[in-house]
Amino acid sequence: MNETNRFEPRIIAYVCNWCTYLGADLAGTNRLEYPANVRIIRFPCTGRIDFNLIVKAFEAGADAVLVSGCHPGDCHYTAGNYHARRRWMLFRQLLDTLGIDLNRIHFTWISAAEGRKWAQVVTGITEQTRQMGPYTAYREIARASA
Amino acid sequence: MARIGVFTCWCGENVARHVDIEKVTETVAQMPGVRCSINYKYMCSDPGQAQIRDKIQSERLTGLVVASCSPHMHLKTFRKAAQTAGLNPYLVEMANIREHCSWVHHNREEATAKALDLIRMSVEKVKRDHELVPIRVPLTRRALVIGGGVAGIQAALDIADAGHEVALVEREPSIGGKMAGLSETFPTLDCSQCILTPRMVEVGQHPNIKLYTYSEVESVEGYVGNFKITIRQKARYVDMVKCTGCGDCWNSCPIKKNLSEFDCGMGFRKAIYIPFPQAVPARPVIDRLACTRLKRGTGCGLCEKKCQAKAINFADEDKLVVEQAGAVIVATGYKLYNIAKEQDNAQLSGYGEYGYGKYKDVIDALQFERLVSASGPTGGEIKRPSDGKIPQSVVFIKCVGSRDNAKGLAYCSKICCMYTAKHTMLYKHKTPGGEAHVFYMDIRAGGKAYDEFVRRAIEQDGAKYYRGRVSKITEENGKLIVRGADTLAGAPVTIEADMVVLAVAMRPADGVHALAQKLNVGYDEFGFLSESHPKLRPVETNAAGVFICGACHAPKDIPEAVAQASAAAGKTLVMFGREELTREPEIARINEQTCAACYTCVRGCPYTAIERAETLTPKGVHVKYTARVNEGLCMGCGTCVALCPSKSAELEGFTEQQIYSMVESLMT
Repeated sequence: MNETNRFEPRIIAYVCNWCTYLGADLAGTNRLEYPANVRIIRFPCTGRIDFNLIVKAFEAGADAVLVSGCHPGDCHYTAGNYHARRRWMLFRQLLDTLGIDLNRIHFTWISAAEGRKWAQVVTGITEQTRQMGPYTAYREIARASA
Repeated sequence: MARIGVFTCWCGENVARHVDIEKVTETVAQMPGVRCSINYKYMCSDPGQAQIRDKIQSERLTGLVVASCSPHMHLKTFRKAAQTAGLNPYLVEMANIREHCSWVHHNREEATAKALDLIRMSVEKVKRDHELVPIRVPLTRRALVIGGGVAGIQAALDIADAGHEVALVEREPSIGGKMAGLSETFPTLDCSQCILTPRMVEVGQHPNIKLYTYSEVESVEGYVGNFKITIRQKARYVDMVKCTGCGDCWNSCPIKKNLSEFDCGMGFRKAIYIPFPQAVPARPVIDRLACTRLKRGTGCGLCEKKCQAKAINFADEDKLVVEQAGAVIVATGYKLYNIAKEQDNAQLSGYGEYGYGKYKDVIDALQFERLVSASGPTGGEIKRPSDGKIPQSVVFIKCVGSRDNAKGLAYCSKICCMYTAKHTMLYKHKTPGGEAHVFYMDIRAGGKAYDEFVRRAIEQDGAKYYRGRVSKITEENGKLIVRGADTLAGAPVTIEADMVVLAVAMRPADGVHALAQKLNVGYDEFGFLSESHPKLRPVETNAAGVFICGACHAPKDIPEAVAQASAAAGKTLVMFGREELTREPEIARINEQTCAACYTCVRGCPYTAIERAETLTPKGVHVKYTARVNEGLCMGCGTCVALCPSKSAELEGFTEQQIYSMVESLMT
């Protein structure tokens, strides 16, 4: 992809419509450059995000997944982000037990005003995932179980 | 077979500078299901939209992807364009290749690759979009206002004057709220009752207002446009129709020593009473805990004997009345922080060091209002409670409870700076030679003519202000010894005072949480009700059709409460201006075939929009229980979708199928 032939990870971001999506919009409006590795999928609310989608993303070849919504107390729908947080607390243990690398799953709160934070978070995750390399381990599990 | 049109926008140079538009257009044309792929400099312009409309018709498109800016910017624009050309507007998706791509990725190759991914996802999504029709909800053009203080009165009158019926529910025997008990108001020093009581009379006589005093909201069913509210009318023991309000009953009542709620415990009332002479309605109520007849079941009955209208009814009982309303306005107001007695909340602690409740001459601000009021227990003479003497030195302490994390309330009560200045003025005007001392943290006098008012109290009327806190109040030889600090002088201050007035924090009224839960309105950590958006939707709540105004939302003064009340009335009237309500159709649906009626969704839904439903055969035989989404209530957050263990919940526009196909489209 580029001159140094470094590994470019694929990152899928599941974000809510009212805070993080708008935060990413703001990063654009402010022309804050960040790595082009992230693909955003918009949801109305993090409360809608079924965590099977995390597994699905890895299945589709993602090297890292980001889930991001409104800060606690700021949810457009009052409490969806609390549901997401609680679900994540349970789900991460399950994923851990299953042998999925939790370092490849990221959970953040980014508000509509935090364009800079969005750019930083994406840059950080991209950098970290580059160092970890492609998530071949998962693809091997998936292939073996298929 | 899908026939998708993809329209890629240059956005002038904004997208085109970093994304290879030609390459995108050509590559997209090869994607499965794509019928046409074109690009244009400005898709949102009239000629751009015209191309979209033409292609929808000439290519008989079944879906539209516009690859341009954020959907927050132009989704509505393109949906409208689709609708004009006869395509259902919910078959339109946007790929955000500007904010999320060209503006943030300046490597042309990478940005182009990402733009293609974003479009590919949108194409997969739009293929699985359903035609949707906005949900139409019938509308009852009647409003319910809860709380008959100045905010509730204002809101009710505005709506009633616009020609709609209003039911106004007030917990106390009379409307008027806290304002009816105030002496004079800042910054004009006009008499509170003189400006409020004519409005109260207007409410009482308005043909469009139905007044429920001594009543509370028992339960709320329904949703925006169609609320059904059950109101508990507490037993008054007086027939409101027969009673003429002559006063023979309360004049004859022998039970005299009941602390008057209206006078904040500074005066007494009878067991049968009207709270104050200008009460609306001017009809008495019997205090069932004070009346000997009601307590014992026999005896006394003097009021009944004296009443020529035969209006006394000792057998009266609470009544439940049902009201229909399309909108609800909450205006339940405030109460004062209880500074010494037991706190209702474990996070709060009182001000034992100020001796409130122990020293009779330490009173709170509302009690002082009653002492100064011409209609108060002393007829407006400032006499101290312990011995009736006129205090020659009064200490006013601000921020008691407010702005005090140690006591549990971090917020500023906002009005205390102003009313304390007013108190010092009223005191100085009535007590020549009297000394008014004020301990303050900051003087917050933002508002029209507010700071000038405070300056007048200090400079013309000679109130002495000390920037600092009071650590302790003790009583010695009939004097209250107030020990505090003057931090500007850097010295301790001790004042021998005859009376101390505490400007205590405002808190939301009792019972507001139970009410908020009935209405599904949120509240903050201090119990103040939450608005939908602090800047742009200040009187709306997250419960559609429920509005808030006045001090139930946050501490505020009369002008602000009134302005907010008119705003809430305005929002209600905007709603009532329509024939029926329409709502976005991107809401949840339950597949009743697979639903196992576990009701996890019912418990998780933040809007109580999912109901327990029963499926019956045409003959009425039970088939099964399921969950069912109430279209009038669902806001489309999708929490139920993620919660449902049997995958029976779906969210239109964000279905499982759509998301999965989007993710899969990224697979390399």
